[in-house]
Amino acid sequence: MAAAANVVRIRALACPNCGSAVELRGMGNSLSAVCGHCLTVLDTSSPSVKILQTFEAKIREQPAIPLGTRGKWDGDPWETVGFMVRSMKAGGVRYSWREYVLFNPYKGFRYLTEYNGHWNDVKVVRSLPEAAGKRRSIEQVRVLGNAYTHFQTYSARVDFVLGEFPWRVRVGDRAALRDYVDPPRMLSSEETAGEIAWSLGEYIPGSVVWKNFNLPGHAPPPSGIYANQPSPYKGRPGELWRLCLWFLILVFVLSIGFSIFDSKATAYTGHFGYSPRQKGEAAFVTPSFDLKGRTSSVEITTDTDLDNNWVYLNLALINEQSGQTYDFGREISYYHGRDSDGNWTEGNATDNVTLSSIPSGRYFLRVEPEMDANAPREVNYSLRVRRDVPTYSFFWIAALLLTLPPIFTWFRSLKFETARWNESDHPRSSSSGDDD
Amino acid sequence: MSQPIANCPSCGAPVRFRWSSAVQTVCEYCHSILVRHDLDLNKVGEVSDLPPDSSPIQLGTEGKFREFAFVVVGRILYEYDDGRWNEWHIGFQNGSSGWLSDAQGEYALSILSANTVPLPPASELTTGRPFQFDNRVYRITTITIAHYAGVEGDLPFEYWDKTVCNFADLGTPDARFGTIDYSESPPLLFLGEFVAFDELHLRNLRQFEGWS
Repeated sequence: MAAAANVVRIRALACPNCGSAVELRGMGNSLSAVCGHCLTVLDTSSPSVKILQTFEAKIREQPAIPLGTRGKWDGDPWETVGFMVRSMKAGGVRYSWREYVLFNPYKGFRYLTEYNGHWNDVKVVRSLPEAAGKRRSIEQVRVLGNAYTHFQTYSARVDFVLGEFPWRVRVGDRAALRDYVDPPRMLSSEETAGEIAWSLGEYIPGSVVWKNFNLPGHAPPPSGIYANQPSPYKGRPGELWRLCLWFLILVFVLSIGFSIFDSKATAYTGHFGYSPRQKGEAAFVTPSFDLKGRTSSVEITTDTDLDNNWVYLNLALINEQSGQTYDFGREISYYHGRDSDGNWTEGNATDNVTLSSIPSGRYFLRVEPEMDANAPREVNYSLRVRRDVPTYSFFWIAALLLTLPPIFTWFRSLKFETARWNESDHPRSSSSGDDD
Repeated sequence: MSQPIANCPSCGAPVRFRWSSAVQTVCEYCHSILVRHDLDLNKVGEVSDLPPDSSPIQLGTEGKFREFAFVVVGRILYEYDDGRWNEWHIGFQNGSSGWLSDAQGEYALSILSANTVPLPPASELTTGRPFQFDNRVYRITTITIAHYAGVEGDLPFEYWDKTVCNFADLGTPDARFGTIDYSESPPLLFLGEFVAFDELHLRNLRQFEGWS
């Protein structure tokens, strides 16, 4: 539909310094372009190209994304047209990072920055950030609904340039930069000649850059922690505390359940028989057994095969060491039959008794059965001694173990944030609070 | 589009107005700058060829921002120390017009404001200075001294005799945009907002070699 004359063509020009061809990928949007052959910076703002600067480079820096590479960002094709190395000085050390200019003829420019394998996807911000008070006594600014905390203020110097730029670039250019962070975002202001330009970066893994530009191999892994790198522990301690709470409730409920149904440990079981007609002493003692734990109750269950009969047991629980004796007697009877009203029963062939406050120790039972001398048959019975075993210790151990992951993660999170902020103008002492 | 047809007083070619209220237009054949007084067209000058330009927008580009459909009817190309930008004159369906500015792929829409707030002289401008228009605080973001690098199509004013002009661009925390234009006295105020390319739903754009 568009006439041939209305197709915007790629311009190429001859470098006025060395005569090499300089291709202009920015379709006339670039104000400067660098001759890749002789490193002359050209002013391309008007058809009469002027030399801005010829610079010497000790090291010819190589962009990780070759200029002219096209990739998909947010669904649109973008081409790398410019590459620049900038640096800042802190504590006597110069730190370098790299910036890439991306161009789309309809959508203009956007940028990628890379430092030590940490990448940011950067766009110009057209909303004016506003002062938003302080957090931990550090200045904050707000834009597009997010608050950003000041990270550092520094002077950036241009050390190397290649390709095209939508401004007049020169090696040695300086700008005053201020970085504010709200991971994974970073808001930066760049001040040159009294004007402030704001840009908003979003931290992206190098693998995204490699994938979007279809670059060979793998992105070099990042080293260290970057200003707006999202913390892998962000929000994790909170999540783990909630999980821990739910587990504690579960363990608590389970421990209550266990104490009702299955917390009684059997300390002793014995089977005996008694006949009123037997000769000799009816009384006997059981082998000794241990009652463990703190002072608590002991349950003694007598299970008999009584059938229309009764038995009386004189019982004593005796502490082997101290001789402390707990005497008690149990009459057990079980009768049943049939009359004009139908079947009836009376009593129970099984008996339960609970002795409270029995200290731990080694015990035995003394048993002396009595029966009606005319009882038609002998009685067989079993004695079972059960001890309440408290499960609280299990509960407390579980509770302690469950708090370990959140405490550990909270500590890691704190360490991450401390490492992040130690690179800023506002280093933290490791004792300051967490960031969640 | 209403299209009153007249003939170029210089070359006789038909002159079609893209916008009914045009005060100035440029003959597409002989590049004469024509100013309309009532029904007469007077040649007041001639435009030199526009420098090669890379805006995807051209005369006749159509778009729609929110519910407002528009057609690009004219253009002023400005040049300043740090490059060039286009102010595309856009006509809306109701006969009114506005401006779509395109600076290296940054787009902003604005219309002339019926402002009553006194504006400072250009010599008193400083970046960061606040103004209150329509209950909103605007601050000066950039001050630019520009000159006219060319005109095209239908314009609402006579721009042919102007050379240098001061501009103060304004911004807000919510991506609103404003410009104080010192080409007239008192200065003109345009208010609007920054817009993303996709929000403009543009059709009939230029094409770029290798990008179709």
